[in-house]
Amino acid sequence: MIEFQMPSLGADMEAGTLIEWRKKPGDAVKRGDIIAEVETQKGLIEIEVFDEGIIGELLIKEGTKVPVGTVMALINPTETTLETRKETISEKPTVKIQPTEEKIVEKATAEKFEERHIKVSPLAKRIATENNIDLSQIQGTGEDGSITKDDVEKAISQKAKIEKKEEKSLPKNLAIRSAIAAAMSKSNTDIPHYYLEKRIDITKALAWLREANSKRPIQKRLLPAALLIKAVAKSLIDFPELNAIWDNEVQIKKEINIGFVVSLRGGGVIIPAIHKASEKSIDEIMEALNDMIPRARAMKLRSSDLSDSTITITSLGEGGADVVFGVIYPPQVAIIGFGGSSQQPFAENGMLGIRTVFTVTLAGDHRATDGLIGSDFLVTLNKQLQNPEAL
Amino acid sequence: MKNNAAKINSTYREALKQGLREALQNDERVFLMGEDVGRYGGAFAVSKDLLQEFGEERIMDVPLSESGFVGAGIGAALAGMKPIVEVMTVNFSLLAMDQIVNNAATLLHMSGGQLNVPIVIRMGCGIGKQLAAQHSHSWEPFYAHIPGLIVLSVGTHEDARGMLLTALKSPDPVLIFEYTSMLNSEREIAADAGAVDISKAKVLKEGKDISIITYGTGVYKCLEAAAELATIGIDTEVLDLRVLRPLDEETFLASVAKTHRVLIVEDAWRSVSISSEISSRIMEKAFYELDAPVQRLCGVEVPIPYPLHLEDAAIPQKNDIVNAVKKMMSHD
Repeated sequence: MIEFQMPSLGADMEAGTLIEWRKKPGDAVKRGDIIAEVETQKGLIEIEVFDEGIIGELLIKEGTKVPVGTVMALINPTETTLETRKETISEKPTVKIQPTEEKIVEKATAEKFEERHIKVSPLAKRIATENNIDLSQIQGTGEDGSITKDDVEKAISQKAKIEKKEEKSLPKNLAIRSAIAAAMSKSNTDIPHYYLEKRIDITKALAWLREANSKRPIQKRLLPAALLIKAVAKSLIDFPELNAIWDNEVQIKKEINIGFVVSLRGGGVIIPAIHKASEKSIDEIMEALNDMIPRARAMKLRSSDLSDSTITITSLGEGGADVVFGVIYPPQVAIIGFGGSSQQPFAENGMLGIRTVFTVTLAGDHRATDGLIGSDFLVTLNKQLQNPEAL
Repeated sequence: MKNNAAKINSTYREALKQGLREALQNDERVFLMGEDVGRYGGAFAVSKDLLQEFGEERIMDVPLSESGFVGAGIGAALAGMKPIVEVMTVNFSLLAMDQIVNNAATLLHMSGGQLNVPIVIRMGCGIGKQLAAQHSHSWEPFYAHIPGLIVLSVGTHEDARGMLLTALKSPDPVLIFEYTSMLNSEREIAADAGAVDISKAKVLKEGKDISIITYGTGVYKCLEAAAELATIGIDTEVLDLRVLRPLDEETFLASVAKTHRVLIVEDAWRSVSISSEISSRIMEKAFYELDAPVQRLCGVEVPIPYPLHLEDAAIPQKNDIVNAVKKMMSHD
């Protein structure tokens, strides 16, 4: 049995409310399938499953708020899971990309499972229909697990409770506001920040981008953000101390998962992560951004989008303030800030020219690293940006 | 309900007898015919002393020929009399099947509506007297199958007292099933008990959790089971069908709509029985009221055995009913 737990979607998350199970006992699941929807301060998040198998039992009822780490469901691993797992361990780098045909086959099987007949009494079915209750989300207590009137009535009252709660709970942006408040207060209280800044000439990088984009269809065009994320990811390989978390000591993280601050229209920010950014090409990073940003703005993120980021980038974009000094998102130990770029007189090799320049900052956790590491990092980042074609 | 009315204790036998007496007193056309009903006072002593009270013309002993005297009764009915024909037990009524099915039940139709057959046929029936396979039949489902007949089942003392009186008012043949195992049982009935309705089923105990639908000897067993179930918090509704043909759907469907769970109890064999008919009507007309499958407790499908413990085991008993209900409710 694999235990499926309430995931942590950021250090500031202590608990989540299970809103809806998307799977029921007997359903086949595979890595990446959405198993549930959970209400957090960051909105309604779709929770993905990371194992393959058959759902054994759903332990938590919809509408229940449980702490992070609570076992929510049991999954029976299928034999193939065990095999795949072995493979994953032995040949980790090669199994990354799966052939699409295989995925389609798996999806078809999953759908077959979902079409199974639900045992429900005629009365319960009628009441469920009248009240818009999804029978697949109810666990029957009748004979042979059939759904009875009582089961449906319980589901109706639960639904009413959730709806009532939703009415009562803070409007979304206020909830996010309070999540930010908690995380930033903790950061400012606990983390002794040091700040570094470096002016970087990005004329070359932008020229390379223009050149690259001129050959691409509009949908495939790259934004400067993709290039910057790639440059940060690549630079971090040499500075593992910055790609870490602080939990009484520095814990260096192997994967470079870059959290990217997305401003929400209603106010507030949300930080989806680009996983394994150092292993992704610029195109792949761009794809990830294209996928995530609209979902983040619509508050439709998945659990994996929000978990495990190891460092954060905040970028003001063009025309904004020149410099941004970030506040570290705990338990991370660094945040990189990109100021707005502008044309400036720039002296280089004894010559004065007009260049597009921006200011990159690094706020570091002084418990974890010292200014020299941060400084070296910014220098490395500058070098990467001067050789965009190598990224 | 006449709450203030005086009550008397009466056996089932006495209730039947007083019903008979009242019928004979009320209408001169009424007469009783059957094997040993006169001098012997009836095989089950239901008509004891009636010969002395009403005379040979109205309490008539007949030869041992069910086909013959049931046919004679039909003839008398056609001629304007109000015959009560006693077939000693339902087991012997098989010999009169042709008269009942082919004549009594069909003459109104065959005569184009000209000839009513206002005969009442009383039959002793039921299981529980160690009379063995040939004398322990439950033929209620047989007769309830036949259009043209009205089939009554006397499950209570009130009905023992009153069903015959109303049956005699029917222009069409009425079969009354009387349960010999209940003859000596004593219950309180109203001192002025009399004619009762013979068109409706009756809810004898109201409840909200589950409906037990039954008739005949099942009625008191189910009421006792309901009392026991009440002690563990199961609120049972008990419904006596009373009229097995035509079935009073309205009453049992209303009960289903109230409790959403049904157990049907009868002594007759399970296959093609009253309970199978009730069950399918519920499925047809109250499907969306059901919260669990309809369950049935019926006679075991064997020739009813002679030994007492096997005879008891062959038909639903109070404990069987209690256990069946508990099982149906155990998922709540």
